[in-house]
Amino acid sequence: MDKTITYPLQIGPTHPAFKEPVRFSFKVEGERVAGVDIDLGYTHRAIEVISKERNFIQTIYLLERICGICSVSHPMAYCMAVEDASGIEVPPRARYIRTIIGELERMHSHLLWAGVAAHEIGFDTLFLYTWNIREKVLDCLEQFTGNRVNYAMLTIGGVRRDLTDDLIPVIEQTLEYYLEVYQRTSEILLDDQSIRYRCEGTGILTYDQAVALCAVGPTARASGLAKDVRVDYPMLAYPDMDWLKPITPLDIGKEPAGDVYDRMVVRVLELKQSVDIIRFCLDNLPEGPIASINGSIKIINKLKKVQGEGIGRYEAPRGEVAHYDILDMSECPVQMKVKAPTYSNAFAWVPMLQGSEIADIPIVIASIDPCIACADRMTILRDDGATETLNAEYLHSLSVNKMKEVKSRCSG
Amino acid sequence: MRIRKMKKSFKRSLWAFHINTGSCNACDIEILATLMPRYDAERFGIKLVGTPRHADVLLVTGPVTEKIRDKVIRVYEQVPDPKLVIVIGGCGSTTGVYQESYAVTGPVDNCIPVDVFIPGCPPRPEAILYGVARAWEKLEKIMKEGSKNAS
Repeated sequence: MDKTITYPLQIGPTHPAFKEPVRFSFKVEGERVAGVDIDLGYTHRAIEVISKERNFIQTIYLLERICGICSVSHPMAYCMAVEDASGIEVPPRARYIRTIIGELERMHSHLLWAGVAAHEIGFDTLFLYTWNIREKVLDCLEQFTGNRVNYAMLTIGGVRRDLTDDLIPVIEQTLEYYLEVYQRTSEILLDDQSIRYRCEGTGILTYDQAVALCAVGPTARASGLAKDVRVDYPMLAYPDMDWLKPITPLDIGKEPAGDVYDRMVVRVLELKQSVDIIRFCLDNLPEGPIASINGSIKIINKLKKVQGEGIGRYEAPRGEVAHYDILDMSECPVQMKVKAPTYSNAFAWVPMLQGSEIADIPIVIASIDPCIACADRMTILRDDGATETLNAEYLHSLSVNKMKEVKSRCSG
Repeated sequence: MRIRKMKKSFKRSLWAFHINTGSCNACDIEILATLMPRYDAERFGIKLVGTPRHADVLLVTGPVTEKIRDKVIRVYEQVPDPKLVIVIGGCGSTTGVYQESYAVTGPVDNCIPVDVFIPGCPPRPEAILYGVARAWEKLEKIMKEGSKNAS
């Protein structure tokens, strides 16, 4: 006679790879996940509170360090919020340079995600391949901004470094390189049988769930929800591109199912879209100044006389990031609120994970590109109080074994 | 005898466990980039492992938030001796931009002993490789002294 026992399963908070600490409590029935609870807050650094003690310029560098992967998105939204509140104009050239740097960042972030997703399903060759081609865009960013991560490019009312004529061929070459490898990369990521077996039908988020849980970014677009802040909200150079539209799986003629595979499709297509956007910006780069106010002291002095509030929205690689700032005759932001994309998407984990297999947990968690994924250690608590601790290697090996099984099915 | 055996195994490889104590992911992606084909730290036998019990070296990133503090200490205790702690990034070394935050109890050497600091926000992969090499030297020195004391 079958008897199902539900037992709790703890994953986290520390992890073997590079992900942020987060703790998941699962209720497991055999191999199936019956319930999920998420415990966030291990990386809480009180950034909103410290920013009250930093002036407007220092805050930019603080916000860059909310997340090292979207280190353009947060300062971008913040600068737009402060500009919105104070009425500081951004010159057209600066808007274009901001767009270029934002899109370069999106390319590096999506490649990084593709590698991590490949690692989670046990396809390490692809992990090494995508991270290797990602080095090219990092080189380009380094030449452009002076650093591989944390670019320090933005300032209120413009950008800090100009895109000089000798840099344009460097960016052109990078784009050329990506167009060359795009064909092969998309073939591996989208057409490989083993990836399709693992990702199709896994971690489904339906259209209605995506609307109800306010999913954002590629996670929402994969469920068929065509929303993209770059299209919906006029900012930077995006209004000049009439051809820009949110990417959904419909673009390759596929009905959106909202599974892990669709999220992969959206991100791969967005790589191509980023290349197109940067091309457009380079071709139409306007002449002129790169900042409306020169010098940090002048910016702070101007903002000291401003009273008001502003909102900035930007499409980070993971989804919408929104900043809300209040300025009140002081050299520091009086109050600020950061809404990061993962915070919106974290709720989508619950319907995605319910009913999935334990071996699929890593890829489903990674599929929203959370900066927080995977597991270090999990403890199974039996009814009699005995505990059994399984580490991430075991979890990873479960995933790898499933991949082997799938591969044998492909060849068979 | 045991130490001599371990020394032999160290000459071949150094296994690292990475713990994020509230960092912004920048150092974390640079650690991974160090292991990727361009910099290829695995040619020295350096490898990330999934559990602290298999590790020789603990790579710590982040300024140590209040909530993760006891987990950091627990992970440190789980690493078998002899062990080394490498702090990667400015915020782990000095708390950096997060100083004055009520949620940060760091820097890392407030809660566990640290052997090597790698500054930078984030440090380049070359810097991380250099730091790990320095740690390796230090570890071998500790082993040498250990074997002298034992004999």
